[in-house]
Amino acid sequence: MAEKTRLRVPTEAKKGDIIQIKTLTSHPMETGLRKDENGKPILREIIKSFACTFNGKPLFSADLEPAIAANPYIEFTAKMAESGTFAFTWTEDDGTVTTAQASITVS
Amino acid sequence: MSLMTRRGALTFGAGIVVTLVAADDGRATPAEADAEIAKFTGGKTAEDGRITIDLPEIAENGNTVPLSITVDSPMNADDFVSDILIVSDGNPYPGVVKFHLTPMSGRAAAATRIRLAATENVIVVAKTSAGKLYTARRLVKVTVGGCGG
Repeated sequence: MAEKTRLRVPTEAKKGDIIQIKTLTSHPMETGLRKDENGKPILREIIKSFACTFNGKPLFSADLEPAIAANPYIEFTAKMAESGTFAFTWTEDDGTVTTAQASITVS
Repeated sequence: MSLMTRRGALTFGAGIVVTLVAADDGRATPAEADAEIAKFTGGKTAEDGRITIDLPEIAENGNTVPLSITVDSPMNADDFVSDILIVSDGNPYPGVVKFHLTPMSGRAAAATRIRLAATENVIVVAKTSAGKLYTARRLVKVTVGGCGG
């Protein structure tokens, strides 16, 4: 499962600014197509979706396939109108959910 | 062994078909990529343009290739890019990622890192809230393929 997440989100912005949000989570994104050294298939283990909300409202989401590189990196933007909190969730094939949060002050 | 029954022969035949499919190199074909696009567009034709794909021309390591997409859009409540589909035509599966955006996104832009098994096309289709469809594609030369062969 995802062990560590890293976020890069500005802590301050001016009203109307478009900010960049960068996220990274440690995960093998195992495709299920590889074999181990004994020729046994390695089980598929994928983060299948990522979502970000701001103050509870959907901002951005992504449906990931095995073609996303290990340790999925996702970058997107947000136009800031008010202060608040970004909530991030990563959901795996087996339903495991990893979450993170970041706050921003908008003046 | 006694004479093969009709059912036995059929099973045997099916076995051969399965083997042939499995002996394929395990890559998606352009037709599979097109099918994935058709699912997204509902069979409508996407216009060329408005999309900028930022990808290296040559990827030395197919395991992690930086990809960045920008779509020209006002991104307001009346007219915004709601969904961006990315597929490739040489990976084991055609789908790569789907991004879902909102007017709050401010810009129709997103980036990630993808796996490319071989030299292949990356195809992007963007859908707007008004139902317009745009597309663009880029060929990436891959030196060492990702996806762990």
